[in-house]
Amino acid sequence: MTRSAVTVRDVHKSFGKTEVLKGIDLSVPQGSTTCLLGPSGSGKSTLLRCIAFLEETTSGTIEINGQPLGFAETGDGKRTRLPQSDIRKVRSRIGMVFQQFNLWPHMTALGNVTEALVTVRGMKRKEANAIGEAQLARVGLDDRGHHYPSELSGGQQQRVAIARALALEPDILLFDEPTSSLDPELTGEVLNVMRELAGGGMTMIVVTHEIGFAASVGEKIVFLDEGKLLLDGPPSEIFGTPRHPRLQQFLETYLDRGAATLV
Amino acid sequence: MSIDFGLIFARMPEILAAFWVTVWIWIVSNVLAVFLGFGVATLRRYGPLWLDLLLRLLVEIIRGTPFLVQLFLLYFGGPFIGLSLDPIPAGLLGMTVYSTAYYSEIFRAGYNAIPVGHIEAAECVGLTRGQIIRRILVPEMTMLVLPQCVNMAILMMKETAILSIITVPELTLVVGAIGSQQYAFVEAMLLLALFYWFLVELSGFLGRIAEARLSKFRFAHS
Repeated sequence: MTRSAVTVRDVHKSFGKTEVLKGIDLSVPQGSTTCLLGPSGSGKSTLLRCIAFLEETTSGTIEINGQPLGFAETGDGKRTRLPQSDIRKVRSRIGMVFQQFNLWPHMTALGNVTEALVTVRGMKRKEANAIGEAQLARVGLDDRGHHYPSELSGGQQQRVAIARALALEPDILLFDEPTSSLDPELTGEVLNVMRELAGGGMTMIVVTHEIGFAASVGEKIVFLDEGKLLLDGPPSEIFGTPRHPRLQQFLETYLDRGAATLV
Repeated sequence: MSIDFGLIFARMPEILAAFWVTVWIWIVSNVLAVFLGFGVATLRRYGPLWLDLLLRLLVEIIRGTPFLVQLFLLYFGGPFIGLSLDPIPAGLLGMTVYSTAYYSEIFRAGYNAIPVGHIEAAECVGLTRGQIIRRILVPEMTMLVLPQCVNMAILMMKETAILSIITVPELTLVVGAIGSQQYAFVEAMLLLALFYWFLVELSGFLGRIAEARLSKFRFAHS
């Protein structure tokens, strides 16, 4: 059996009195692509952000490559926060790609990709640039290294953001609705890059509304609804008939708009 | 009676000396206030709550009272608490404190205007808090707050005139005195206005150059 890259156990997350995640269990095998689907407010982005440690879980555990993320259980049912250095170490195995790209506007594409190599890893500028250029080439932007984000299209910006994450050679890449702020025309170029990464054996967790992408690239589909994990399985099973009524209802909103074609 | 600048121009060396006093107090106090204001905004953002509240109270007091009153209190009230300052140090201190309060508010708003996602992206690639401030927040904020900082510097340029009331030998005091002595008050005031206008235009011009240089990454959002 393949080892689990990410293991989520009974994760709860509340914002004030609102419980957004109500006990999530999930295992993401190494080298696989897992797609998180669900209506807005279902908690899929929150779950992804918990795995990126951008949100701290209220209870439950998350393990990255078998290492606890953020907290260690003390045995009596309580937990303690791990030292910052441990947290950073575990987090460094994860790369994150955001809906809004979040490129730093004062740095060129190459500057964005190499920033952490120089500042965090202490690499020499020349060495970092070589890696940065290689990663930009990987996403098809080798000729855009010296452009600022404002000089790039949305799709190009998102590909730079992917290169930025790849430069640190993460084991796991997280995508939070990576194409939701792109024109349909630009969506394809980002999805193509993601498809190649999936084909290359990268472990990916993708929150997406691109049902077609999920069905064709996802090896595992997870459907969340109201903070609970409703369905978890391969696409053939999840999208095949008979369908879970809640999923059917969710999919119909897409089909109504004629926006998605299932496999 | 006719306008005659000759009476004033005869005293040009004194006027230029006063011009210099105005300029250096303005530049030094503003440079200090930019750094201190950034420091105050940063402490308020990352420091403990009590420090935030304390600094906020100080900023509110300084912004809520006239500069003139603050200067009087500093210069004439200072000796009561053992703070006896000559006019120039008192003026410099007063200007710095007053503008620090305003700059700190500009920087506070600047911090808040930076998209949270830019900070999250930096956390995700492993930057520490100090590195995030230095590498991401300060450069991004610079372009966001530059127009307001130029505006503030221009306002403070004109506030230097108030230093005349505590006898700082700056433009307003010196030119005003020369005007009275030479019976050429209107000429003196016209000249004075011209000097300030020149400085304001100069800072506006420099500000526009800086903005143009930074404009490349100004509108970077999709």
